[in-house]
Amino acid sequence: MQRYILQRLVQGMVLLVVVTSIVFFIGRMTGNPVDMMLPEDATEEDRQDMIERLELDGSVMDQFGVFIVDAVQGDLGTSIRYRKPATEIFFQRLPNTLAMIPPAMILAIAMAVPLGVISALRRGGIIDRISATIAVLGISTPNFWLGIVLIYLFSVTLGWLPSSRMGGPLNYIMPTITLGTFLVAGFMRLIRSSMLETLDSEFVKLARIKGVSETAVIWKHCLRNALIPVLSLWGVFMGGLVTGAIVTETVFAWPGIGRLTYEAVIFRDYPLLQAVIIMDAIFILFINLLVDILYAYVDPRIRFE
Amino acid sequence: MDSAPVLEVRNLHTHFFLRRGVVRAVDGVSFSLGRGEVLGLVGESGCGKSLTALSILRLLPQEAARTIEGRVLLDGEDLLEKSPSDMREVRGQRIAMILQDPQTSLNPVFTIGNQLHEALARRPEDSGRSLRERAVDVLRRVRLAAPEQRVVQYPHELSGGMKQRVVGAIAISCAPEVMIADEPTTALDVTIQLQYLDLLKELQTSLGMGILFITHDFGVVARMCDRVAVMYAGRIVETGPVREIFDNPVHPYTQALIASVPKLRDQTERLRAIEGQPPALSDLPVGCRFADRCPHAEPRCLEKYPEAVTVGENHTASCWLAA
Repeated sequence: MQRYILQRLVQGMVLLVVVTSIVFFIGRMTGNPVDMMLPEDATEEDRQDMIERLELDGSVMDQFGVFIVDAVQGDLGTSIRYRKPATEIFFQRLPNTLAMIPPAMILAIAMAVPLGVISALRRGGIIDRISATIAVLGISTPNFWLGIVLIYLFSVTLGWLPSSRMGGPLNYIMPTITLGTFLVAGFMRLIRSSMLETLDSEFVKLARIKGVSETAVIWKHCLRNALIPVLSLWGVFMGGLVTGAIVTETVFAWPGIGRLTYEAVIFRDYPLLQAVIIMDAIFILFINLLVDILYAYVDPRIRFE
Repeated sequence: MDSAPVLEVRNLHTHFFLRRGVVRAVDGVSFSLGRGEVLGLVGESGCGKSLTALSILRLLPQEAARTIEGRVLLDGEDLLEKSPSDMREVRGQRIAMILQDPQTSLNPVFTIGNQLHEALARRPEDSGRSLRERAVDVLRRVRLAAPEQRVVQYPHELSGGMKQRVVGAIAISCAPEVMIADEPTTALDVTIQLQYLDLLKELQTSLGMGILFITHDFGVVARMCDRVAVMYAGRIVETGPVREIFDNPVHPYTQALIASVPKLRDQTERLRAIEGQPPALSDLPVGCRFADRCPHAEPRCLEKYPEAVTVGENHTASCWLAA
């Protein structure tokens, strides 16, 4: 087990180097932050001065070298816009994004597990058809559209909910629904199909032959097996929630990582963008490792060699 | 065995109601199983053997399958009339079943002990032993080596033969009156098939269970059973004591089945197969269902289904030629 984790961490490092290089070079292809920051009537001298101050002089390869040397020491650079260390800003914003994940996950699981199970049990029934519709809508509705429609309905028209920023529990409602809708759809369909598969299996037949109650057959014997594939989807979604919150956070002006990423791109804040992406990558690597370790607890057949 | 049968199935009909028509998979099956008797239910795949077993337990595979007629009497009580919760009391406690494939019969995510506890917990004991002690005990009865270790292991850590012993242990954990064994050795290695059959025989003797032994293998029948019921296309075509059936098979299908059992001595001859296919269960003929494969078929065989006639002591057959 320890060897496996170590091995995965080494693989993670390699991946991180690749991600870092991609972000670094692609970021630099999108434009120059100096143009965004200087007023329109700035002289060429002001420009050169600023470029030097931001350490943007020298070839891209030289810049990359400096960046890597610093990064290895834990310094991912200073945000051009905020004039603070990029990692510091990242960790300031991280709790805001993390705060959105539990409600969205709870909403998704609370809807997806019962609906998925019942859809599998009553295949072709009313619940199955309703949840299939919810799933199609959930997957095909873009986050930004849903967010805007919710704002229009509940903030603008009805005036029930605050449209943006963090605050009380009311502020969480619309972002949670916006994030959760996509998750519900995925979880629900996966639970349904893996329940259908396990319901057909011989061990479920044997459980019934033993005289195990139908409730225990479904919620213990079937669901426990059906949740194994759901765990991998959970890992994918967790990564997606951190990075994919970009749209939701932008729509609701939520001061989290997603919005920070958006700002970093818009203002060509290279150091900040690099830091955010690298930290996201680290986060996703850890989630994946966590999912793999959890697998061994959920499915006893899995052993790490 | 002269006393009233422990299980009696009368005129059982279980059909699949599908959009394309009705599949008459079990179509008027009758037999009885005496206390402590082993009855072999023999026939080729798809003839309705397993569905008969599942109909007895009322665990039909899909909603489309329904038992529409017949009686299943356990000690004289009709199981088909019981409420679902009463039926659950019958399963596992009074009628147990062993499935064919041990590789898939056990839940992969629970320990052997956990899966035994579920069965054991349904019959509380006075002696105050823990479930775990009882689980070890019942594993010992099926002669599984190192039972103390097995209870904490998961199914994938055991071999197929060991798993089938666990399934056997689950089956006997409530000391049932009837055990249904649905081809319990088909998926096992040949080397351990005999051991498993001996184990079943031993458990049957010590517990006094009646066993309904489903198989397609007449060799297994000869070893295990007291009586045989031969099933073809949803109906039982011949029933009788094992010796009688082997020495004096009356129905041409039984004759063909016995002739197709390979014998060690005559190596010269090719294996004998029965020509043709069984009829589609969704489109059964009015007459004898074996008629179009039967070497002795006469015009009347095609016109009317032959009722069972007594051809010897406890020996009946459904064939016009026997009448």
